[in-house]
Parts: sequence; structure tokens; C-alpha cells
Amino acid sequence: MTERGPFRHHGVQVGGALVALFVGAAMLAPWLAPFDPHAVPTGLAAASLRPPGPPNALGTDALGRDLLSRVLYGGRVSLLVGVGVELVAALIGALIGLVAGYYGGWLDGLLMRVTDTVMAFPSLILAIGLIAVFEKPGIDKVFLVLVLLGWTTIARVVRGQVLSLKTRDYVQAARALGVPDTIIVFRHLLPNCLAPLLVAATIGVGGNMVAEAGLSFLGLGAQAPTISWGAMLAEGQTFLAFAPWVAVFPGLALMLAVLGINLLGDGLRDMLDPRLKR
Amino acid sequence: MLTQLARPVARRLVALIPVLFGISLLVFVLNAVALGDPARAMLGQRGDPELIAQIRKEYALDRPLWVQYATWMGRLLQGNLGRSYHQQRPVGDVIAERFPATFRLAVAATAIAVAAGLGMGIAAALRPGSAVDHLLMGAAVIGISTPVFWLGLMLSLLFAVWLGWLPVSGYGDGALANLVLPALTLGALHTGTIARMTRSSLLEVVRQDYVQAARAKGLGEITVIGKHALKNALIPVVTVIGIGLADLLVGAPLTETVFAWPGLGRMLVAAVGQRDLPVVMGAVLVFAVIYVLGSLLVDLAYLVIDPRIRRD
Repeated sequence: MTERGPFRHHGVQVGGALVALFVGAAMLAPWLAPFDPHAVPTGLAAASLRPPGPPNALGTDALGRDLLSRVLYGGRVSLLVGVGVELVAALIGALIGLVAGYYGGWLDGLLMRVTDTVMAFPSLILAIGLIAVFEKPGIDKVFLVLVLLGWTTIARVVRGQVLSLKTRDYVQAARALGVPDTIIVFRHLLPNCLAPLLVAATIGVGGNMVAEAGLSFLGLGAQAPTISWGAMLAEGQTFLAFAPWVAVFPGLALMLAVLGINLLGDGLRDMLDPRLKR
Repeated sequence: MLTQLARPVARRLVALIPVLFGISLLVFVLNAVALGDPARAMLGQRGDPELIAQIRKEYALDRPLWVQYATWMGRLLQGNLGRSYHQQRPVGDVIAERFPATFRLAVAATAIAVAAGLGMGIAAALRPGSAVDHLLMGAAVIGISTPVFWLGLMLSLLFAVWLGWLPVSGYGDGALANLVLPALTLGALHTGTIARMTRSSLLEVVRQDYVQAARAKGLGEITVIGKHALKNALIPVVTVIGIGLADLLVGAPLTETVFAWPGLGRMLVAAVGQRDLPVVMGAVLVFAVIYVLGSLLVDLAYLVIDPRIRRD
């Protein structure tokens, strides 16, 4: 294998650029957005469903709201759900994986059975089923449901890593010296799980974003006035025949963001752990 | 061969039991949490107290939770999924009515994905690093990254609204033209993963000695790939096809919503909107069972294709 730095990898470059663009646009939305994304202009008839062109670079929606501003603000919700859910899910998953892998035995058996069962469901189907439990859908419920379903991959990855690490000499030596379990787990095992964990979590962020948009598209996620790309797409479908831009731009933004994250994740995997390369 | 297969098959069937048990438990807990009192949910707040008492008894609602679970499980094993609140008929009937449309869509999507994915993967692997390779693999990554519902809208915009070649949506009484766009949409992600796996698997096999030997014998590239390399390269591809089943199920509610396709997925979404919980539970259960059985079939296909696995 030839030496490969992070910047010699095309996927990482393109992916990193797309992710930087997405994160930057979402964070800076209040300064970048030319209009208030919620503002319904007076003289609605003239402003409604205006095609792209000045002053609305991406056109307007049915209520005459500026689409560019809405796409920018929609990115904030997408980013918040994508990264926020993954942080919580990774924390839970890592803990479960560490405990299951390190202690083994019946605890491992039980935890992995639970993991298998949750993984045995196609996740979005179960997410839809769980949303039904609540009286009213909303972005907070989406967050909760995605966390509940999102920890399994991380748990598996970390457990697998711990299983192979705990037979290593340095871990055996630490144990023989009577080092407490918590120190072994957090100081010796966890840091060595971080590379595969990072790769799985990166891919997970993209998955969360698509899931949020999908649920919102189905009317089971973000509700107005929360701006979500998925909900915008649902609205766009109604006007697809005569105002396609309403559906084109939010989806394009979502696709590019997810593409960037996937490229970045693939690239990170190749760089950090050649064995995981598919 | 049959006796050789019996043991691994039996072992996998036994391994299914805890998973199926877990699924049923999860669905039951969901049910219990969501409904509070199913009798009231069924009859409404002003339901006749006598009738409510009767239903409570029938569903063992006055007994401890584990008795309720056993009762529910007993009904389930007899194929009784309960009654839809909204449609006032058995959930089993509602699901049976919607199942064929989803099945048809899933089969068409799989066929497209396997054909296109294999073709793309093989074409890319023949000339690794070439422009064709980059183009095809770029398309595969885009296929994987494009959210299925947006892809559906864009295909519908291009082929139905602008070009007018295909209908925008609907089942069209089973017309083939109505199936094309939903199947393409649902199959896209799957196509991408199959293409990528075929390419990388083929490239790995091509490096092996026996393929080099076939080349050294002077066999043409097509014979080498088609007759010698492909057969072994396909083994991991089968796994990916199986994993793709989950993507098909996940994509079903979205694709069916985009194209107004009268399948299980759209039924599930509508039932959530109406809070018709028996239908939601029934659909989730059916999706999960299809998925688990699908993975089992893939496992079995694996056993047939790759004799090495039978020994473990």
C-alpha cells in the first residue's frame, strides 16, 4: 500500500468540502439568509410560487416565502438532528458496547440479544411505529425515536473492537496489576475504539438526516413553523407540475449534504482502518 | 446435500426464535404504552360501560401485564392481529389487501437493482481506474446518497411532468407503466450498493492465482471473468442483496407516498396519522417478520452457493 495522507484522498476532499459548506451555511444562516424565512409578504398573490430570479435566488414557496432563506434555515434543523442524535446515540452505544465486550458472559448475551432485536427491524418502519405512540408528531419526538434506534451499530462496532483488544498483553498486564475496571475501560479500551466509532458515527449522521427528512416528508416529523427540508419537499410535491423549484432545492441540499457525509465517512474508514475497507 | 444442509438450517431457525420473541415483546410494550386502555380507545370516551367491561375481559385487560401478553400472543399465533379502529374490520384483512402492491413493487425494484447493479459493477471492474469506472462508481455513490423520496419526485418531474412518458402516480389497475418509476426509485439505493460490492469483490477475485492461471492459459477476458471469476465474486454480493431487503422495506412508505401506491407502507403512514394503533402494530410486525425471513433466505442461499460455510 502506498502512503496516503488525508488530502490525497479525493473522496475525503470532496466530502469534506461539501460538509464544510453545509455546516457553514447552517451555522451562518441568520447572516446569510436574505429574508426572514417565516415572513409571508403582503400582496401574497404576486409573491406566491415565484420562479428563481431576483430578489429570490431560489424562488418562493406557495406562501411567498423566500426559498433560499428557508433552505438555509432548514439546514440548521437537519444538522441539529443529524449530529445531536448521533452524539447521544454514540454515547449510549459506546457504553453498551464497552460493557458487553469487556464483561462478556450473560450480560454480553443479553445486551447483544437486545441489539439484535432492535436491528432486526427495518429502522424507519419502527421509527414510524414509535411516532404513533405520541399524541402529536414533532421534531423532539423524531430526536427521541432516532436516538432509541441509533445506538445499535455503534454498540456492535465498539463491542467487536473491545473483544479483540481485551486479549492484548497490555490490557492483560493492567488487569494483572489490579488496575480498576473503569480505568482499563476508559483509559485503555475506549481510546482504541475511537477510530471505528468515528467512522460509524459519521455515516450515522447522514442516516439521521435522511430519517428526519423522511419522517417530516411523511408528515410525522417537524411541524410548522419548524423548517425542515423534508416538510418542504412534501409541500413541493403539491406544486411539482408548475413550481418544481419548491421541491428541487431542499432535496438537492439534503442530497449534497448526505453525499458529503458519506464520502467523508468512506474516506475516513479507508484512512483510519484499512481492514474495514469494503 | 440435503442432509448436509439440515443442521445449519435448523440452527438458523432456532436462532430466529429469540429475535421473533423480542419483536413481539417490543410491539406489545409499544401497544401497552400507547393505548393506556385499549377498551376505551376502541369505543371512545362515551363507550357503554358494559361493553367496555366485556372487552376488558376478552382481552384480559383486568389481569397482570404478562397475562395480557400471553393472551395477545395466543391470538397472534392464531393469526389474529386485532381490529382496525378506523375501518372496523380485522387488521389481517386490511394488510392482506395491501400486501400484493408492496410485494410487486419490491420484486420489480429488486430485479432492476440486481440487473443494473451487477452490470454496473462488472463494467467498472473490467477497467479499474478508467473513466467508465469513475463514472459508474460516481453514479453508484449518488444513488446511495440520494434520499429516496426526493429521487422519486425528481424522476416523476422528469419522466412524467416534463417528458410525459409515464404516469405521475397511482396504481393504474396494475399497469406496467405505473410500476416503472416507483420501482426505479425504490431500487436506486440498492443498485448503488450492489454495483459497489460487485466491483470490489470482482477486483479481489481477479487477483487470485486461479484467475491468473486462466489468463495464462490464453483464455479471453470475457471467459475469464464470466466463467471463472464471477462465480466466486458473487458470494459477497448475495449478502448485499439480502441486506438491501431492509432498504426496500424502509423505502416502501416513502416511495409509496410519493407515487400514491396502495401498498403496506402508505397504509402504515395513514394509520399513524389516524392513530389506528392495531393497524400500526400489525404493519410493523409484518414488516419485521418479512425482514427476518428475508435475512434467513439469504443465509440459506449462502449455504447453497458456498459449500465452505456448511462445515462451520
